[in-house]
Amino acid sequence: MIETRQLTKRYGALTAVDGITFNVEPGRVLGFLGPNGAGKSTTMKMIAGFLAPTSGSVLVCGHDVSEDPMAAKRVIGYLPEGAPSYGEMNSRQFLDFIADVRGLTGARRRTRLDDVIERLRLNGVLEQPIETLSKGFKRRVGLAQAILHDPAVLIMDEPTDGLDPNQKHEVRTLINAMSRDKTIIVSTHLLEEVHAVCSRAIIIAQGKILADATPAELEARSRYHQAVSLTTPDVAAAREALSRVADVQAVEIDPQDHRITAFPKPGKQIFTPISELLRTQGIKVSELQLESGRLDEVFRTITSQEVTA
Amino acid sequence: MSAIAIVFKRELMSYFATPVAYVFIVIFLVLAATFPFYLGNPTFFERGQADLLPFFNFHPWLYLFLVPAVGMRLWSEERKSGTIELLLTLPITMWQAVVGKFLAAWAFIGIALVLTFPIWITVNYLGSPDNGVIFASYVGSFLMAGAFLAIGSCISACTRNQVIAFILTVVVCFLFLLAGFPLVLNAFSSWAPQGIVDAISGLSFLTHFTSISKGVIDLRDLIYFLLTIAFWLYASAVVIDLKKAD
Repeated sequence: MIETRQLTKRYGALTAVDGITFNVEPGRVLGFLGPNGAGKSTTMKMIAGFLAPTSGSVLVCGHDVSEDPMAAKRVIGYLPEGAPSYGEMNSRQFLDFIADVRGLTGARRRTRLDDVIERLRLNGVLEQPIETLSKGFKRRVGLAQAILHDPAVLIMDEPTDGLDPNQKHEVRTLINAMSRDKTIIVSTHLLEEVHAVCSRAIIIAQGKILADATPAELEARSRYHQAVSLTTPDVAAAREALSRVADVQAVEIDPQDHRITAFPKPGKQIFTPISELLRTQGIKVSELQLESGRLDEVFRTITSQEVTA
Repeated sequence: MSAIAIVFKRELMSYFATPVAYVFIVIFLVLAATFPFYLGNPTFFERGQADLLPFFNFHPWLYLFLVPAVGMRLWSEERKSGTIELLLTLPITMWQAVVGKFLAAWAFIGIALVLTFPIWITVNYLGSPDNGVIFASYVGSFLMAGAFLAIGSCISACTRNQVIAFILTVVVCFLFLLAGFPLVLNAFSSWAPQGIVDAISGLSFLTHFTSISKGVIDLRDLIYFLLTIAFWLYASAVVIDLKKAD
Protein backbone atom coordinates (compact mmCIF):
# COMPACT_ATOMS: atom_id res chain seq x y z
CA MET A 1 0.00 0.00 0.00
CA ILE A 2 1.41 3.36 -1.02
CA GLU A 3 -0.31 6.66 -0.33
CA THR A 4 1.09 10.02 -1.32
CA ARG A 5 -0.56 13.24 -0.24
CA GLN A 6 0.15 16.55 -1.94
CA LEU A 7 3.71 15.41 -2.51
CA THR A 8 5.83 18.38 -3.61
CA LYS A 9 9.52 18.88 -4.35
CA ARG A 10 11.03 22.26 -5.14
CA TYR A 11 14.59 23.08 -6.15
CA GLY A 12 14.84 26.82 -5.63
CA ALA A 13 12.43 28.34 -8.12
CA LEU A 14 11.91 25.07 -9.98
CA THR A 15 8.99 22.88 -8.90
CA ALA A 16 9.91 19.36 -9.96
CA VAL A 17 6.92 17.64 -8.35
CA ASP A 18 3.81 19.65 -7.69
CA GLY A 19 1.16 18.33 -5.29
CA ILE A 20 0.95 14.70 -6.37
CA THR A 21 -1.68 12.60 -4.59
CA PHE A 22 -2.45 8.96 -5.33
CA ASN A 23 -2.96 5.55 -3.70
CA VAL A 24 -1.80 2.16 -4.88
CA GLU A 25 -3.27 -1.02 -3.38
CA PRO A 26 -1.55 -4.40 -3.06
CA GLY A 27 -1.93 -6.52 -6.18
CA ARG A 28 -1.77 -3.45 -8.39
CA VAL A 29 0.95 -2.34 -10.78
CA LEU A 30 0.98 1.38 -11.25
CA GLY A 31 2.69 2.69 -14.36
CA PHE A 32 4.27 6.11 -14.12
CA LEU A 33 4.34 7.76 -17.51
CA GLY A 34 5.64 11.09 -18.58
CA PRO A 35 8.13 12.89 -20.79
CA ASN A 36 11.74 13.11 -19.63
CA GLY A 37 12.06 15.59 -16.78
CA ALA A 38 8.39 15.27 -15.86
CA GLY A 39 9.15 14.46 -12.24
CA LYS A 40 8.76 10.66 -12.39
CA SER A 41 12.16 9.86 -10.91
CA THR A 42 11.93 12.60 -8.29
CA THR A 43 8.57 11.23 -7.13
CA MET A 44 9.95 7.71 -6.91
CA LYS A 45 13.03 8.90 -5.02
CA MET A 46 10.77 10.57 -2.48
CA ILE A 47 8.67 7.42 -2.05
CA ALA A 48 11.83 5.33 -1.64
CA GLY A 49 13.08 7.73 1.03
CA PHE A 50 16.12 9.02 -0.86
CA LEU A 51 14.93 12.61 -1.22
CA ALA A 52 12.95 14.47 1.41
CA PRO A 53 9.78 16.12 0.09
CA THR A 54 9.52 19.91 0.33
CA SER A 55 5.96 19.39 1.51
CA GLY A 56 3.36 16.65 1.54
CA SER A 57 3.82 13.10 2.76
CA VAL A 58 4.27 9.50 1.68
CA LEU A 59 2.90 6.51 3.58
CA VAL A 60 4.28 3.10 2.70
CA CYS A 61 2.39 0.23 4.39
CA GLY A 62 1.30 2.76 7.00
CA HIS A 63 4.83 4.06 7.72
CA ASP A 64 5.48 7.72 7.06
CA VAL A 65 8.66 7.84 4.99
CA SER A 66 9.81 11.14 6.55
CA GLU A 67 8.96 10.29 10.15
CA ASP A 68 9.88 6.61 10.30
CA PRO A 69 12.22 6.10 7.35
CA MET A 70 13.74 2.85 8.65
CA ALA A 71 10.37 1.09 8.95
CA ALA A 72 9.42 2.28 5.47
CA LYS A 73 12.75 1.27 3.92
CA ARG A 74 12.43 -2.23 5.35
CA VAL A 75 9.25 -2.93 3.40
CA ILE A 76 10.39 -1.28 0.17
CA GLY A 77 12.42 -2.85 -2.61
CA TYR A 78 13.84 -0.12 -4.82
CA LEU A 79 15.53 -0.28 -8.19
CA PRO A 80 17.06 3.15 -8.87
CA GLU A 81 17.32 4.43 -12.42
CA GLY A 82 20.13 2.65 -14.28
CA ALA A 83 20.27 -0.13 -11.64
CA PRO A 84 23.46 1.05 -9.89
CA SER A 85 25.52 -1.53 -8.04
CA TYR A 86 29.06 -1.85 -6.72
CA GLY A 87 30.98 -2.78 -9.86
CA GLU A 88 34.08 -4.17 -8.19
CA MET A 89 32.07 -6.78 -6.28
CA ASN A 90 30.86 -9.96 -7.90
CA SER A 91 27.16 -10.75 -7.97
CA ARG A 92 27.34 -13.17 -5.06
CA GLN A 93 29.22 -10.73 -2.80
CA PHE A 94 26.80 -7.98 -3.74
CA LEU A 95 23.72 -10.08 -2.97
CA ASP A 96 25.33 -11.25 0.28
CA PHE A 97 25.83 -7.62 1.24
CA ILE A 98 22.18 -6.83 0.52
CA ALA A 99 21.10 -9.93 2.49
CA ASP A 100 23.21 -8.71 5.43
CA VAL A 101 21.65 -5.26 5.29
CA ARG A 102 18.17 -6.74 5.01
CA GLY A 103 18.86 -8.85 8.10
CA LEU A 104 18.29 -12.17 6.33
CA THR A 105 19.78 -15.12 8.21
CA GLY A 106 19.78 -18.90 8.29
CA ALA A 107 17.41 -20.92 6.15
CA ARG A 108 15.38 -17.93 5.01
CA ARG A 109 18.53 -16.24 3.73
CA ARG A 110 19.42 -19.31 1.70
CA THR A 111 15.93 -19.75 0.25
CA ARG A 112 15.65 -16.07 -0.66
CA LEU A 113 19.08 -16.01 -2.30
CA ASP A 114 18.34 -19.23 -4.20
CA ASP A 115 14.96 -17.86 -5.25
CA VAL A 116 16.23 -14.58 -6.75
CA ILE A 117 19.25 -16.24 -8.36
CA GLU A 118 16.89 -18.75 -9.94
CA ARG A 119 14.28 -16.19 -10.98
CA LEU A 120 16.77 -13.83 -12.57
CA ARG A 121 18.97 -16.63 -13.88
CA LEU A 122 22.13 -15.30 -12.30
CA ASN A 123 23.69 -18.70 -11.72
CA GLY A 124 26.24 -18.37 -14.50
CA VAL A 125 27.55 -14.96 -13.46
CA LEU A 126 27.71 -15.19 -9.67
CA GLU A 127 31.51 -15.15 -9.52
CA GLN A 128 31.99 -12.40 -12.11
CA PRO A 129 32.66 -8.77 -11.10
CA ILE A 130 29.47 -6.81 -11.79
CA GLU A 131 31.31 -4.19 -13.86
CA THR A 132 32.25 -6.86 -16.40
CA LEU A 133 28.65 -7.99 -16.89
CA SER A 134 26.46 -7.05 -19.86
CA LYS A 135 23.80 -4.40 -19.42
CA GLY A 136 21.06 -7.02 -19.22
CA PHE A 137 22.81 -8.91 -16.45
CA LYS A 138 23.60 -5.73 -14.54
CA ARG A 139 19.91 -4.89 -14.63
CA ARG A 140 19.06 -8.38 -13.40
CA VAL A 141 21.49 -8.02 -10.50
CA GLY A 142 19.78 -4.71 -9.66
CA LEU A 143 16.37 -6.38 -9.76
CA ALA A 144 17.62 -9.28 -7.65
CA GLN A 145 18.79 -6.75 -5.07
CA ALA A 146 15.37 -5.07 -5.04
CA ILE A 147 13.32 -8.24 -4.53
CA LEU A 148 15.74 -10.15 -2.29
CA HIS A 149 13.83 -9.50 0.93
CA ASP A 150 10.48 -10.24 -0.75
CA PRO A 151 9.27 -6.66 -0.16
CA ALA A 152 5.61 -5.74 0.11
CA VAL A 153 6.26 -2.65 -1.99
CA LEU A 154 8.40 -2.60 -5.09
CA ILE A 155 9.49 0.61 -6.80
CA MET A 156 11.31 0.38 -10.10
CA ASP A 157 12.61 3.34 -12.04
CA GLU A 158 12.70 2.43 -15.74
CA PRO A 159 13.42 -1.26 -15.19
CA THR A 160 13.53 -2.09 -18.90
CA ASP A 161 15.34 0.99 -20.19
CA GLY A 162 18.18 0.07 -22.52
CA LEU A 163 17.39 -3.65 -22.61
CA ASP A 164 16.90 -5.66 -25.79
CA PRO A 165 13.38 -6.93 -26.64
CA ASN A 166 13.99 -10.37 -25.13
CA GLN A 167 15.30 -8.92 -21.90
CA LYS A 168 12.38 -6.49 -21.77
CA HIS A 169 10.02 -9.40 -22.11
CA GLU A 170 11.76 -11.26 -19.29
CA VAL A 171 11.57 -8.29 -16.94
CA ARG A 172 7.89 -7.79 -17.71
CA THR A 173 7.17 -11.46 -17.10
CA LEU A 174 8.94 -11.12 -13.77
CA ILE A 175 6.89 -8.07 -12.81
CA ASN A 176 3.66 -9.81 -13.75
CA ALA A 177 4.64 -12.86 -11.72
CA MET A 178 5.27 -10.73 -8.65
CA SER A 179 2.27 -8.46 -8.99
CA ARG A 180 -0.25 -10.73 -7.28
CA ASP A 181 0.55 -9.83 -3.69
CA LYS A 182 2.79 -6.78 -3.99
CA THR A 183 2.26 -3.08 -4.48
CA ILE A 184 4.34 -2.12 -7.48
CA ILE A 185 5.23 1.19 -9.12
CA VAL A 186 7.05 1.16 -12.42
CA SER A 187 8.14 4.22 -14.33
CA THR A 188 8.62 4.06 -18.04
CA HIS A 189 8.38 6.04 -21.20
CA LEU A 190 7.59 2.97 -23.23
CA LEU A 191 3.89 2.87 -23.87
CA GLU A 192 3.76 -0.79 -24.83
CA GLU A 193 4.99 -1.50 -21.33
CA VAL A 194 1.86 -0.01 -19.85
CA HIS A 195 -0.18 -2.62 -21.71
CA ALA A 196 2.17 -5.39 -20.80
CA VAL A 197 2.40 -4.88 -17.04
CA CYS A 198 0.27 -2.08 -15.61
CA SER A 199 -3.20 -2.29 -14.16
CA ARG A 200 -3.28 1.48 -13.90
CA ALA A 201 -1.34 4.36 -15.40
CA ILE A 202 -0.60 7.86 -14.17
CA ILE A 203 0.60 10.36 -16.71
CA ILE A 204 2.61 13.22 -15.26
CA ALA A 205 4.20 16.22 -16.89
CA GLN A 206 5.82 19.23 -15.26
CA GLY A 207 5.29 17.63 -11.89
CA LYS A 208 1.51 17.36 -12.09
CA ILE A 209 -0.80 14.39 -12.59
CA LEU A 210 -2.58 14.85 -15.92
CA ALA A 211 -4.33 11.50 -16.14
CA ASP A 212 -4.93 8.60 -13.76
CA ALA A 213 -6.77 5.68 -15.35
CA THR A 214 -6.54 2.08 -16.54
CA PRO A 215 -4.72 1.53 -19.83
CA ALA A 216 -8.09 0.70 -21.49
CA GLU A 217 -9.64 3.93 -20.24
CA LEU A 218 -6.69 5.89 -21.54
CA GLU A 219 -7.02 4.25 -24.92
CA ALA A 220 -10.68 5.13 -24.97
CA ARG A 221 -9.62 8.78 -24.95
CA SER A 222 -7.82 8.28 -28.21
CA ARG A 223 -9.47 9.46 -31.35
CA TYR A 224 -8.53 6.05 -32.76
CA HIS A 225 -10.79 4.38 -30.20
CA GLN A 226 -13.35 2.27 -32.16
CA ALA A 227 -11.88 3.48 -35.45
CA VAL A 228 -11.56 0.97 -38.29
CA SER A 229 -8.37 0.57 -40.29
CA LEU A 230 -7.95 -1.43 -43.46
CA THR A 231 -5.51 -2.07 -46.25
CA THR A 232 -6.74 -2.47 -49.80
CA PRO A 233 -5.31 -2.31 -53.31
CA ASP A 234 -8.26 -0.15 -54.40
CA VAL A 235 -7.68 2.91 -52.20
CA ALA A 236 -9.90 5.40 -54.08
CA ALA A 237 -12.97 3.15 -54.20
CA ALA A 238 -12.62 2.16 -50.56
CA ARG A 239 -12.34 5.76 -49.49
CA GLU A 240 -15.38 6.70 -51.49
CA ALA A 241 -17.39 3.82 -50.00
CA LEU A 242 -16.31 4.53 -46.42
CA SER A 243 -17.22 8.19 -46.50
CA ARG A 244 -20.78 7.18 -47.38
CA VAL A 245 -21.24 5.16 -44.17
CA ALA A 246 -23.65 7.12 -41.97
CA ASP A 247 -21.68 7.05 -38.68
CA VAL A 248 -18.26 7.76 -40.16
CA GLN A 249 -16.98 11.20 -39.26
CA ALA A 250 -13.74 11.25 -41.22
CA VAL A 251 -11.55 9.08 -43.40
CA GLU A 252 -7.78 9.40 -43.40
CA ILE A 253 -5.15 7.74 -45.54
CA ASP A 254 -1.69 7.13 -44.21
CA PRO A 255 0.65 8.82 -46.71
CA GLN A 256 3.29 6.11 -46.27
CA ASP A 257 1.58 2.73 -46.45
CA HIS A 258 -1.81 3.94 -47.77
CA ARG A 259 -3.61 2.32 -44.90
CA ILE A 260 -7.08 3.78 -44.58
CA THR A 261 -8.59 4.68 -41.23
CA ALA A 262 -12.25 5.59 -40.74
CA PHE A 263 -13.11 7.50 -37.57
CA PRO A 264 -16.59 7.08 -36.04
CA LYS A 265 -18.86 9.85 -34.85
CA PRO A 266 -18.77 10.04 -31.03
CA GLY A 267 -20.26 6.97 -29.37
CA LYS A 268 -21.01 5.13 -32.65
CA GLN A 269 -19.91 1.65 -33.74
CA ILE A 270 -18.81 1.42 -37.34
CA PHE A 271 -17.06 -1.93 -37.68
CA THR A 272 -20.14 -3.97 -38.70
CA PRO A 273 -21.56 -1.46 -41.22
CA ILE A 274 -18.13 -1.06 -42.81
CA SER A 275 -17.40 -4.77 -43.12
CA GLU A 276 -20.86 -5.35 -44.64
CA LEU A 277 -20.44 -2.45 -47.05
CA LEU A 278 -17.06 -3.71 -48.20
CA ARG A 279 -18.55 -7.14 -48.88
CA THR A 280 -21.56 -5.83 -50.81
CA GLN A 281 -19.40 -3.43 -52.84
CA GLY A 282 -16.93 -6.19 -53.60
CA ILE A 283 -13.92 -4.19 -52.39
CA LYS A 284 -11.05 -6.56 -51.59
CA VAL A 285 -9.19 -5.87 -48.36
CA SER A 286 -6.01 -7.58 -47.30
CA GLU A 287 -6.52 -6.56 -43.66
CA LEU A 288 -9.29 -5.05 -41.55
CA GLN A 289 -8.89 -4.02 -37.93
CA LEU A 290 -10.95 -2.47 -35.16
CA GLU A 291 -8.67 -0.08 -33.30
CA SER A 292 -8.78 0.00 -29.51
CA GLY A 293 -7.04 3.34 -29.35
CA ARG A 294 -3.45 4.45 -29.51
CA LEU A 295 -1.71 5.18 -26.25
CA ASP A 296 1.09 7.13 -27.87
CA GLU A 297 -1.42 9.51 -29.38
CA VAL A 298 -3.23 9.92 -26.04
CA PHE A 299 0.10 10.46 -24.35
CA ARG A 300 1.12 13.13 -26.84
CA THR A 301 -2.23 14.88 -26.66
CA ILE A 302 -2.30 14.95 -22.87
CA THR A 303 1.30 16.01 -22.33
CA SER A 304 1.52 18.57 -25.13
CA GLN A 305 -1.72 20.29 -24.06
CA GLU A 306 -0.08 20.96 -20.75
CA VAL A 307 3.06 22.32 -22.32
CA THR A 308 1.27 24.78 -24.59
CA ALA A 309 -1.25 25.86 -21.94
CA MET B 1 25.73 -7.71 12.53
CA SER B 2 25.10 -4.04 13.03
CA ALA B 3 24.57 -1.81 10.03
CA ILE B 4 27.91 -0.06 10.61
CA ALA B 5 29.72 -3.41 10.59
CA ILE B 6 27.96 -4.44 7.35
CA VAL B 7 28.89 -1.20 5.59
CA PHE B 8 32.42 -1.47 7.00
CA LYS B 9 32.86 -5.01 5.73
CA ARG B 10 31.61 -4.25 2.23
CA GLU B 11 33.74 -1.15 1.93
CA LEU B 12 36.94 -2.76 3.19
CA MET B 13 36.36 -5.75 0.89
CA SER B 14 36.04 -3.44 -2.08
CA TYR B 15 39.48 -1.90 -1.37
CA PHE B 16 41.06 -5.28 -1.77
CA ALA B 17 38.95 -6.21 -4.80
CA THR B 18 40.96 -3.76 -6.90
CA PRO B 19 44.72 -3.14 -7.27
CA VAL B 20 44.28 0.22 -5.50
CA ALA B 21 44.80 -1.34 -2.08
CA TYR B 22 48.02 -3.09 -3.02
CA VAL B 23 49.44 -0.08 -4.87
CA PHE B 24 48.68 2.12 -1.89
CA ILE B 25 50.19 -0.23 0.67
CA VAL B 26 53.35 -0.84 -1.35
CA ILE B 27 53.92 2.88 -2.01
CA PHE B 28 53.23 3.75 1.60
CA LEU B 29 55.64 1.13 2.90
CA VAL B 30 58.38 2.02 0.43
CA LEU B 31 58.18 5.73 1.22
CA ALA B 32 57.76 5.26 4.96
CA ALA B 33 60.76 2.94 5.07
CA THR B 34 63.15 4.88 2.84
CA PHE B 35 62.57 8.51 3.81
CA PRO B 36 64.03 8.18 7.33
CA PHE B 37 67.22 6.69 5.92
CA TYR B 38 67.85 9.20 3.16
CA LEU B 39 65.90 12.41 3.71
CA GLY B 40 66.07 13.01 7.44
CA ASN B 41 68.34 15.63 8.88
CA PRO B 42 70.10 13.90 10.48
CA THR B 43 69.09 10.57 8.93
CA PHE B 44 68.13 7.45 10.86
CA PHE B 45 71.74 6.23 11.15
CA GLU B 46 73.47 9.60 11.49
CA ARG B 47 71.51 10.32 14.66
CA GLY B 48 73.17 7.38 16.32
CA GLN B 49 70.11 6.89 18.51
CA ALA B 50 67.81 3.90 18.66
CA ASP B 51 64.47 5.62 18.18
CA LEU B 52 61.90 6.10 15.44
CA LEU B 53 61.69 9.87 15.47
CA PRO B 54 62.99 10.25 11.90
CA PHE B 55 60.41 7.67 10.84
CA PHE B 56 57.43 9.35 12.47
CA ASN B 57 58.54 12.84 11.45
CA PHE B 58 57.69 11.99 7.88
CA HIS B 59 54.22 10.66 8.56
CA PRO B 60 52.39 14.00 8.36
CA TRP B 61 53.93 14.63 4.94
CA LEU B 62 53.26 11.15 3.68
CA TYR B 63 49.67 11.35 4.84
CA LEU B 64 49.26 14.72 3.20
CA PHE B 65 49.30 12.99 -0.20
CA LEU B 66 48.41 9.40 0.49
CA VAL B 67 45.39 9.81 2.78
CA PRO B 68 43.51 12.12 0.39
CA ALA B 69 44.08 9.44 -2.25
CA VAL B 70 42.19 6.99 -0.05
CA GLY B 71 39.53 9.50 1.01
CA MET B 72 38.76 10.93 -2.42
CA ARG B 73 36.73 7.94 -3.52
CA LEU B 74 34.69 7.57 -0.32
CA TRP B 75 31.62 9.49 -1.47
CA SER B 76 32.37 10.91 -4.89
CA GLU B 77 32.46 7.42 -6.34
CA GLU B 78 29.12 6.56 -4.75
CA ARG B 79 27.65 9.71 -6.22
CA LYS B 80 29.15 9.22 -9.65
CA SER B 81 28.05 5.60 -10.00
CA GLY B 82 24.64 6.25 -8.44
CA THR B 83 25.15 3.65 -5.72
CA ILE B 84 24.54 6.38 -3.15
CA GLU B 85 20.87 6.11 -4.07
CA LEU B 86 20.99 2.39 -3.43
CA LEU B 87 22.93 2.72 -0.19
CA LEU B 88 20.71 5.40 1.32
CA THR B 89 17.44 3.65 0.42
CA LEU B 90 18.54 0.48 2.19
CA PRO B 91 17.54 0.31 5.86
CA ILE B 92 20.75 2.08 6.92
CA THR B 93 20.80 5.50 8.52
CA MET B 94 22.95 8.29 7.16
CA TRP B 95 25.35 8.26 10.11
CA GLN B 96 25.74 4.48 9.94
CA ALA B 97 26.74 4.83 6.30
CA VAL B 98 29.13 7.73 6.98
CA VAL B 99 30.78 6.08 9.99
CA GLY B 100 30.93 2.61 8.40
CA LYS B 101 32.63 3.88 5.27
CA PHE B 102 35.00 6.09 7.24
CA LEU B 103 36.02 3.29 9.60
CA ALA B 104 36.72 0.99 6.65
CA ALA B 105 39.05 3.53 5.05
CA TRP B 106 40.68 4.24 8.41
CA ALA B 107 41.19 0.54 9.08
CA PHE B 108 42.73 0.24 5.63
CA ILE B 109 45.29 2.94 6.45
CA GLY B 110 45.76 1.23 9.82
CA ILE B 111 46.69 -1.99 8.02
CA ALA B 112 49.32 -0.12 6.01
CA LEU B 113 50.63 1.46 9.21
CA VAL B 114 50.82 -1.88 11.03
CA LEU B 115 52.81 -3.31 8.13
CA THR B 116 55.65 -0.89 8.95
CA PHE B 117 56.40 -3.08 12.01
CA PRO B 118 59.76 -4.34 10.62
CA ILE B 119 61.27 -0.93 11.29
CA TRP B 120 60.18 -1.22 14.91
CA ILE B 121 61.84 -4.64 15.10
CA THR B 122 64.95 -3.25 13.41
CA VAL B 123 65.38 -0.47 15.91
CA ASN B 124 64.95 -2.95 18.77
CA TYR B 125 67.58 -5.14 17.18
CA LEU B 126 70.01 -2.24 16.84
CA GLY B 127 69.59 -0.82 20.31
CA SER B 128 67.10 -0.46 23.12
CA PRO B 129 64.59 2.24 22.21
CA ASP B 130 61.80 3.47 24.45
CA ASN B 131 58.99 1.27 23.13
CA GLY B 132 56.42 3.27 25.03
CA VAL B 133 57.30 6.34 22.99
CA ILE B 134 57.13 4.32 19.78
CA PHE B 135 53.73 2.94 20.70
CA ALA B 136 52.45 6.41 21.52
CA SER B 137 53.78 7.65 18.19
CA TYR B 138 51.91 4.90 16.36
CA VAL B 139 48.71 5.88 18.16
CA GLY B 140 49.27 9.54 17.32
CA SER B 141 50.08 8.74 13.72
CA PHE B 142 46.93 6.65 13.35
CA LEU B 143 44.78 9.38 14.92
CA MET B 144 46.27 11.99 12.63
CA ALA B 145 45.55 9.78 9.61
CA GLY B 146 41.94 9.57 10.81
CA ALA B 147 41.70 13.34 10.99
CA PHE B 148 43.07 13.69 7.45
CA LEU B 149 40.66 11.03 6.29
CA ALA B 150 37.61 12.66 7.89
CA ILE B 151 38.45 15.87 5.99
CA GLY B 152 38.75 13.76 2.84
CA SER B 153 35.36 12.17 3.51
CA CYS B 154 33.65 15.55 3.73
CA ILE B 155 35.32 17.00 0.64
CA SER B 156 34.65 13.81 -1.29
CA ALA B 157 30.97 14.26 -0.47
CA CYS B 158 31.03 17.71 -2.11
CA THR B 159 31.93 16.55 -5.60
CA ARG B 160 31.50 13.59 -7.89
CA ASN B 161 34.93 14.26 -9.37
CA GLN B 162 37.65 12.35 -7.55
CA VAL B 163 40.50 14.50 -8.86
CA ILE B 164 38.89 17.65 -7.49
CA ALA B 165 38.24 15.86 -4.20
CA PHE B 166 41.91 14.83 -4.02
CA ILE B 167 43.36 18.27 -4.71
CA LEU B 168 41.01 20.12 -2.37
CA THR B 169 41.63 17.61 0.38
CA VAL B 170 45.40 18.04 0.02
CA VAL B 171 45.02 21.82 0.29
CA VAL B 172 42.73 21.72 3.32
CA CYS B 173 44.90 19.12 5.05
CA PHE B 174 47.97 21.23 4.35
CA LEU B 175 46.34 24.23 6.02
CA PHE B 176 45.42 22.14 9.05
CA LEU B 177 48.85 20.63 9.21
CA LEU B 178 50.55 24.01 9.30
CA ALA B 179 47.89 25.93 11.20
CA GLY B 180 50.39 26.64 13.99
CA PHE B 181 53.08 28.00 11.66
CA PRO B 182 53.71 31.49 10.26
CA LEU B 183 52.67 30.39 6.74
CA VAL B 184 49.08 30.14 7.92
CA LEU B 185 49.13 32.40 10.98
CA ASN B 186 50.51 35.45 9.16
CA ALA B 187 47.37 35.52 7.05
CA PHE B 188 45.38 36.14 10.24
CA SER B 189 47.68 37.89 12.68
CA SER B 190 47.53 41.28 10.95
CA TRP B 191 43.76 41.69 11.35
CA ALA B 192 42.26 39.03 13.59
CA PRO B 193 42.22 39.40 17.39
CA GLN B 194 44.88 37.45 19.26
CA GLY B 195 42.26 35.03 20.61
CA ILE B 196 41.34 33.84 17.13
CA VAL B 197 44.98 33.57 16.05
CA ASP B 198 45.67 31.43 19.11
CA ALA B 199 42.62 29.28 18.38
CA ILE B 200 43.80 28.69 14.82
CA SER B 201 47.28 27.83 15.94
CA GLY B 202 45.73 25.35 18.37
CA LEU B 203 44.20 23.51 15.41
CA SER B 204 47.55 22.47 14.00
CA PHE B 205 47.80 18.74 13.38
CA LEU B 206 51.56 18.97 13.53
CA THR B 207 51.65 20.50 17.02
CA HIS B 208 49.34 17.82 18.43
CA PHE B 209 51.11 15.02 16.64
CA THR B 210 54.56 16.20 17.75
CA SER B 211 53.48 16.28 21.37
CA ILE B 212 52.08 12.73 21.18
CA SER B 213 55.17 11.42 19.38
CA LYS B 214 57.35 12.69 22.20
CA GLY B 215 55.72 9.90 24.15
CA VAL B 216 53.30 12.04 26.14
CA ILE B 217 49.79 10.85 25.43
CA ASP B 218 47.96 13.91 26.66
CA LEU B 219 44.20 13.48 26.85
CA ARG B 220 43.79 16.88 25.16
CA ASP B 221 45.67 15.74 22.07
CA LEU B 222 43.57 12.59 21.80
CA ILE B 223 40.37 14.54 22.28
CA TYR B 224 41.54 17.06 19.71
CA PHE B 225 41.93 14.42 17.00
CA LEU B 226 38.72 12.59 17.91
CA LEU B 227 36.75 15.84 17.91
CA THR B 228 38.24 16.79 14.56
CA ILE B 229 37.16 13.43 13.15
CA ALA B 230 33.67 13.75 14.63
CA PHE B 231 33.27 17.28 13.29
CA TRP B 232 34.26 16.39 9.72
CA LEU B 233 32.12 13.26 9.71
CA TYR B 234 29.16 15.29 10.87
CA ALA B 235 29.92 17.78 8.11
CA SER B 236 30.09 14.87 5.64
CA ALA B 237 26.58 13.77 6.58
CA VAL B 238 25.27 17.31 6.22
CA VAL B 239 26.90 17.74 2.81
CA ILE B 240 25.63 14.38 1.55
CA ASP B 241 22.13 15.28 2.62
CA LEU B 242 22.30 18.68 0.93
CA LYS B 243 23.79 17.42 -2.32
CA LYS B 244 21.73 14.25 -2.76
CA ALA B 245 19.47 15.85 -5.29
CA ASP B 246 22.15 16.93 -7.80
